[in-house]
Amino acid sequence: MEFFRIRKDIPFMSWGRYTTAISLLTFLLAVFFLLTKGLNLSVDFTGGTVMEVHYGQPADVQSIRGALSTLGFNDASVQNFGTSRDVLIRLPIKQGLSSAQLSDQVMQKLLQADQSAKMQRVEFVGPQVGDELVRDGSAALLFVSIGIMLYLAIRFKWRPAVATIVANLHDVIIILGFFAFFQWEFSLSVLAAVLAILGYSVNESVVVFDRVRENFRKMRGASVAVVIDNAITRTMSRTIITHGCTQLMVTSMLFFGGEALHYFALALTIGIIFGIYSSVLVASPIAMWLGMTRDDFVHVEKKQEVIRPSEEV
Amino acid sequence: MNRFPLWKNTVIAIALLLGLLYTLPNFFGQSPAVQVSPLAANAKPDDALRAQVAAALLSSNVPAIGTSMEATSIRVKFADTDAQLKARDVLDKALNPEGQQAAFVVALNLVSNAPSWMESMGALPMYLGLDLSGGVHFLLQVDMKAAINKRIDAATNEVRSQLRDARVFYSGISRDGSRIIARFQEPAQRDAANKLLEKMFPDFTFRSEGEGQDLSISLTLRPEAFKGIQDSALKQNILALRNRVNELGAKEPIIQQQGEDRIIVQLPGVQDTAKAKEIIGRTASLEIRLVDEEHPGPASMTEPAPFGDELVVERRGVPVFVRKQVVLTGEVITDASAGFDSQSSRPSVNISMDGKGARIIKQVSRENLKKRMAILLIEKTRTEAISVATIQDELGARFQITGLSSPKEANDLALLLRAGALAAPMEFLEERTVGPSLGAENIARGFHSTWIGFAAISVFMIAYYMLFGLISVVALATNVLFLVGLLSLLQATLTLPGMAGIALTVGMAIDANVLINERIREELRNGNSPAASIFAGYDRAFATIFDSNVTTGIAGIALFAFGSGPVKGFAVVLVLGILTSMFSSVLVSRALVNLIYGRARKIEKLSIGNTQWREEAPPQS
Repeated sequence: MEFFRIRKDIPFMSWGRYTTAISLLTFLLAVFFLLTKGLNLSVDFTGGTVMEVHYGQPADVQSIRGALSTLGFNDASVQNFGTSRDVLIRLPIKQGLSSAQLSDQVMQKLLQADQSAKMQRVEFVGPQVGDELVRDGSAALLFVSIGIMLYLAIRFKWRPAVATIVANLHDVIIILGFFAFFQWEFSLSVLAAVLAILGYSVNESVVVFDRVRENFRKMRGASVAVVIDNAITRTMSRTIITHGCTQLMVTSMLFFGGEALHYFALALTIGIIFGIYSSVLVASPIAMWLGMTRDDFVHVEKKQEVIRPSEEV
Repeated sequence: MNRFPLWKNTVIAIALLLGLLYTLPNFFGQSPAVQVSPLAANAKPDDALRAQVAAALLSSNVPAIGTSMEATSIRVKFADTDAQLKARDVLDKALNPEGQQAAFVVALNLVSNAPSWMESMGALPMYLGLDLSGGVHFLLQVDMKAAINKRIDAATNEVRSQLRDARVFYSGISRDGSRIIARFQEPAQRDAANKLLEKMFPDFTFRSEGEGQDLSISLTLRPEAFKGIQDSALKQNILALRNRVNELGAKEPIIQQQGEDRIIVQLPGVQDTAKAKEIIGRTASLEIRLVDEEHPGPASMTEPAPFGDELVVERRGVPVFVRKQVVLTGEVITDASAGFDSQSSRPSVNISMDGKGARIIKQVSRENLKKRMAILLIEKTRTEAISVATIQDELGARFQITGLSSPKEANDLALLLRAGALAAPMEFLEERTVGPSLGAENIARGFHSTWIGFAAISVFMIAYYMLFGLISVVALATNVLFLVGLLSLLQATLTLPGMAGIALTVGMAIDANVLINERIREELRNGNSPAASIFAGYDRAFATIFDSNVTTGIAGIALFAFGSGPVKGFAVVLVLGILTSMFSSVLVSRALVNLIYGRARKIEKLSIGNTQWREEAPPQS
């Protein structure tokens, strides 16, 4: 079996204008939704209490809301979670009441209303912890970006490095944009997924630029666009198969991993799809426009230039 | 060209064996168990205890499936959790009869079913995180401001009593924020005070101010001393928490410091989370009271207490009547340490009190010489006399309790005096409770999604790359083996994000084999011989595999450095997974390929799918 029998190089670079335009448009949309709708941050970041309660029969969300408002929680959010028997209750931070007392009070009240209520999970995060997590998350993102850029710069010099990091950071914004648009819950594990996928999809650019380097050596005299087109075409099979396999696993998590892994897998899915697109069809045109030449690829060429200077002119 | 030297094959074989050895314990599962450990200081579990445990279980028809003797405890395994819970109650009742001081801790536990020779080689199953085993997690913040306030308050009182004792005349002593200000009318008195106090309070800096009749010394706590107070407050609170958690009988509780002023408490498997919260959040207090000498020791716990008295139990189990009137409360105790009495050189506990405490204890002890004094640890549900001692002398700010039987007992008492009460109040910063059924569900989900994903990848790889696909799948399976083995060896805690990390690592590790297989196909298409194609495929793909893993590694390290809790677990798996996948996808799969194709003199064809077409020649050649 073989999916790709591409006999001719695909002229990706001549589409560069369109591929980057599509990318730019999604990016701007993502920024727009991030600014207007904002992220639906989980209790990890905002602080507050989340309780997951399991009922013996389908839960009556309205009466649970009623029970909570008698306790003074008018701003509590109650929703079904996974099945009709599971309920997720979110309570904002309340001054002067410890989490321990709060969740016990709520549980008692719910048990009075329905004996079958069973506490599955309580998560309480104080406000200062939430602030710290936001800070640490940003620091991690910065660290990953700088780390990857340094590595790429050592590996390929600055043009491909900048192009790659621009392409992949805009992926991050696009994932966040999706979470803002659909108001999916952005939790700590989603952040972990975003950072992991950032590291992962950079691979793609590395593989392509590796080929570009090899081609610059082999295809002397060919234009930069031709060299890149050939590199992308020839790595395309691997790109699709690799990401397809990773996506098989992620899809499995999305469907069988339960609620806890749902958004984690969703972030990975978006990351993988946009990661392929941008690290191939955005990073390469940007590198080309930045004026990438064979000089951007290691010192082997330079040695050859010294030996045979006439060829270069 | 496609043969590994013997040493390489040997290394791979040994690695596989080790991976298998350390992965296996995870598959034996764990049995619910009850752990019985003696409370008394030097007591060790013995055969008599074992017989007692067996008899108690036999008489109430709880079938045990195994009993083992450990260094500090006896563990009894049961077939299911129902039997385990029943056995816990039976044993608790049998070993700790009602009305007596508990002599044993009877706690629920999980014991690995792996054979003991595995255990002796350090091959143990991974710990399950709270999200998988169920339990509670708390992050507590110690109120350091309160601890420092307490210290300054104590110092203010002590300054006052020191000056009074030394007959230095002051016009006023007050606290102003974090400073203590002592006022004087005469320079001579101020100089005398300065000389005295500088010796007594090395933690403070002194400054003389004012002129004429309005003179003062201000004492400011040194910045170094802040750190000391914070450290000791944190340590004391951790000790207090440890004492409380023991009461809960939680298996493998984790209580540790995080950062400068935070404490993590994790109680896996605790079912009654409300009780856990209550016990951890409780504030215990210490009280010093006099023993009622007019009513000598009661015969039993049920004897009614005379008017104005209360019946409490001493640590050794002896009941005693104490007056209800409180002489002093625990706040006056500024320090307690174990040592030896200088005269008899027997174990003792040295207690320091602040000025207020010293004044009162001086008066009370003078009036009650040769009578007994009790120090009580009062918690919400019970009161215990941690020390009952006869007053031998007039006591002051520093005194000793002697007549203790062993240094161990002295240590315990000092610890209780220090830790019985919290040094500073604590606030719950974070609470995560996971019910046991949700934990089991999470394990099943994590496990299922990994295997379904793995199976899907396997089917695809074999269909697409034929024999080479199969080799890739075997390499991928060994990758999981190495990863799980490594995590078990490190005794990592497996969490749901950790399981997701394993799944993701599997999904990403296949990349290396896809790269290699694609390269081999390309080499074949370009007309190279099968043997040369294999060689070139592995050779050229390695640089790319290494590169692509570096960036994921950077992300993993960042997550480890900045992440907390479960995210850290994910990061560890991600980074370890990169290492194991490089090994398995490059070396293990190559070894398999060599095994299959390396021996043949001439290979006709590789089973790697169709390579019979050619792409158009690159434009310039």
